Amino acid sequence: MAIKASRIPLSRRAFLVRSANAGLIMGLGTLLPGCSRDQADFSGGDASRTFAPTVWFEIDGQGGILVNIAKAEMGQHVGTALARVVADELGAAWDAISIKYVDTDPKWGYMVTGGSWSVFTTWTMLSQAGAAGRTVLRDAGAAMLGVDPADCTVADSAVRAGDAVVTFAEIVRNGDISRSFSEEELAAMPIKPASERRFIGKPVTAKDIPPKTRGEAVYGLDTELPDMVYAHPLIPPTRYGSTIRAIDDSAAKDIRGYLQTIEISDPSNTIQGWALAIGESFPAVMKAADAVSVDWQPGPTAEVGEADILRYGERLAADRSSGVLVVDDGDVAVARESAAQTHSGTYRTSTALHFTLEPQNALVEFKDGKCHIHAGNQWQSLIMPVLAQALEIPESDIVIHQYYLGGGFGRRLFGDQMIPAALAARELGRPVKLVFQRDDDSRFDCCRSASVQQFDASFDADGNVTGIEHAAAAGWPTLSMAPGFLADGVDGNGKFDTFSVSGGDHWYTLANHRVRALNNELAQRTFLPGWLRAVGPGWVGWGVESFMDELAEIAGKDPIEFRLEHLDASGKNAGKAPEAVGGASRLANVLRDVRDRSGWGRELPENEGMGVAVCH
Amino acid sequence: MIEFQVNGSAVTSERPDDKPLLWVIRDELTLKGTKFGCGIAMCGACTVHLDGTAIRSCVTPVSAAAGKSVTTIEGLDSAAGKALQEAWVEEQVPQCGYCQSGQIMQAASLLASNPSPSDDEIVTALNGNLCRCMAYTRIKKAVKSASERGA
Repeated sequence: MAIKASRIPLSRRAFLVRSANAGLIMGLGTLLPGCSRDQADFSGGDASRTFAPTVWFEIDGQGGILVNIAKAEMGQHVGTALARVVADELGAAWDAISIKYVDTDPKWGYMVTGGSWSVFTTWTMLSQAGAAGRTVLRDAGAAMLGVDPADCTVADSAVRAGDAVVTFAEIVRNGDISRSFSEEELAAMPIKPASERRFIGKPVTAKDIPPKTRGEAVYGLDTELPDMVYAHPLIPPTRYGSTIRAIDDSAAKDIRGYLQTIEISDPSNTIQGWALAIGESFPAVMKAADAVSVDWQPGPTAEVGEADILRYGERLAADRSSGVLVVDDGDVAVARESAAQTHSGTYRTSTALHFTLEPQNALVEFKDGKCHIHAGNQWQSLIMPVLAQALEIPESDIVIHQYYLGGGFGRRLFGDQMIPAALAARELGRPVKLVFQRDDDSRFDCCRSASVQQFDASFDADGNVTGIEHAAAAGWPTLSMAPGFLADGVDGNGKFDTFSVSGGDHWYTLANHRVRALNNELAQRTFLPGWLRAVGPGWVGWGVESFMDELAEIAGKDPIEFRLEHLDASGKNAGKAPEAVGGASRLANVLRDVRDRSGWGRELPENEGMGVAVCH
Repeated sequence: MIEFQVNGSAVTSERPDDKPLLWVIRDELTLKGTKFGCGIAMCGACTVHLDGTAIRSCVTPVSAAAGKSVTTIEGLDSAAGKALQEAWVEEQVPQCGYCQSGQIMQAASLLASNPSPSDDEIVTALNGNLCRCMAYTRIKKAVKSASERGA
């Protein structure tokens, strides 16, 4: 079976400008003989022409608009969200839009899907690309209609002036669509006011939903190549430091379809102590994986358990000299010394698996000097250099082809499963499809770390909170996988993983507030800590909000009133444009609105209650 | 050799009798709409119909299909099946979508035996179909909506 989702459109154009950082620079459309202004019948023309003024979309001679999506589709309908931005600015008909999830060609720029960043970080670029396309189509359409572009409107994939209409398809086939823009011109492109938007913010049917209801959406696990073999992982007892002493596959020899078991030696050191059972079918390698006996020398953390990691975190959190300062306002020590009352709380969460319903998998083929990897992935730009190191080839010889992700949740931010598949494919000289079973997927997760948070609050004699010290200890994904993204401590000492303490720098105003980010080194050594959803908010927000409730109780105040008192939008909590206009006052408004509309404080039936927590 | 029907066409499998039906469907017949999630009948992603009843194909040996009729998401053309797929789009049910073939097949099996299920009956019937994205509220709504349009 051919790979269904990896077809390259025939119309990919050589003239597209390759811009490694943004893909913003406009390319030139092919310049064909111009059309007469008198031409009234636009049905003819060159149907093979396409209009691709930027890398982000392409309009064909039939009016079909293909929007290139460099983000991973994992349930958030990101292709639809980004295509809406393009379609709105372009003046496209929604039905004309189709979307394509692209491979790792450098022209797409830095590729990552996570952190709820996709729309925020591509909004301007895609808006300007759409606006530039609209400008060209409007001007070309106006020329074809013999009218002033200023008298034209662009909507529903057509340019109109009074009763005269010319469609995008007709313009692409016949119009003068050659035009280039400088980066400055692009940056100055007129972006539509919100009132003129037709798609953004309105209900639109997601493009990925119909194929997902018919079983037609192609996920990484669904890909096949001719002559491929299957590989099943044989995973060592520890993520790090285990080595294979011996492999005995004698009990697997009789399994129909079983071929061999190979050891994986990974120069990038990401994959340690692995072997793969290789066979002609997945059921064959499933059986073989049970039959093959691997004798491992376990790594140094083989006996470490969850309780050890939590105890380690507790010791760190209790040591006030430890950690990197994330917030250091006022002086919590002074507040503590002069406190009339203190209160402490410790909050622990357990290690959490991603458990994507589609198990980890990768299909790898070496072909024509390139390593082609077929797998759904959220952060191609993170794994590409690791793959290059593992395979000892340049990144330019590696292509990751994108598919639908059967769940991401952060697990597919790290494409470590691609490495053994790629090493095996090269060794065997055949395409290798590596598929994890559920237990392998669980054992080789880069799970969200267990966490420990300690909060120490001081009160004055009037019952007002005078300070909070907050220590948050966990394994840090960013430290292991992307240390370049660690942030500096506010006092200039040390670096910390913002993901593992996000929400600690909340909107509550506290005269004395200290937040210490602590790396749980035992967790770090024992497994690969990963990003799960937004990471920190999964435990930090829970800790902060639970502790606020405890403090409100001690202060004898209503939990909403207590929060509102601290959401005064003063100082650094005043917010700033463009992303935090209004600061804490907006959160306070939401809280007041929720209080009023929920009927907070009303009489409730027996065994029912209302609680509150904010998340931001 | 095992002979059976898949989506109305006669097929044969020469694989070992104990090979799970899922892998015959996916890898021999290359019908990829049926998904592999857990391999132990705990998630429901592999749900197909065997003579009209929802089964977990990941733990069903292909021999169990001998002489019977298998329907996968690609061949779901019953009135109830179509109504469900329409309702699925209308309610914008899927997120990542990986479990959805199984959800729809399970729901179609329910509506075939109980055209007007109550909320509780829907929940009971679909309880074994995991959705890691948590689309459950919309799944229930879509099954209800499909049943109400007389599927």
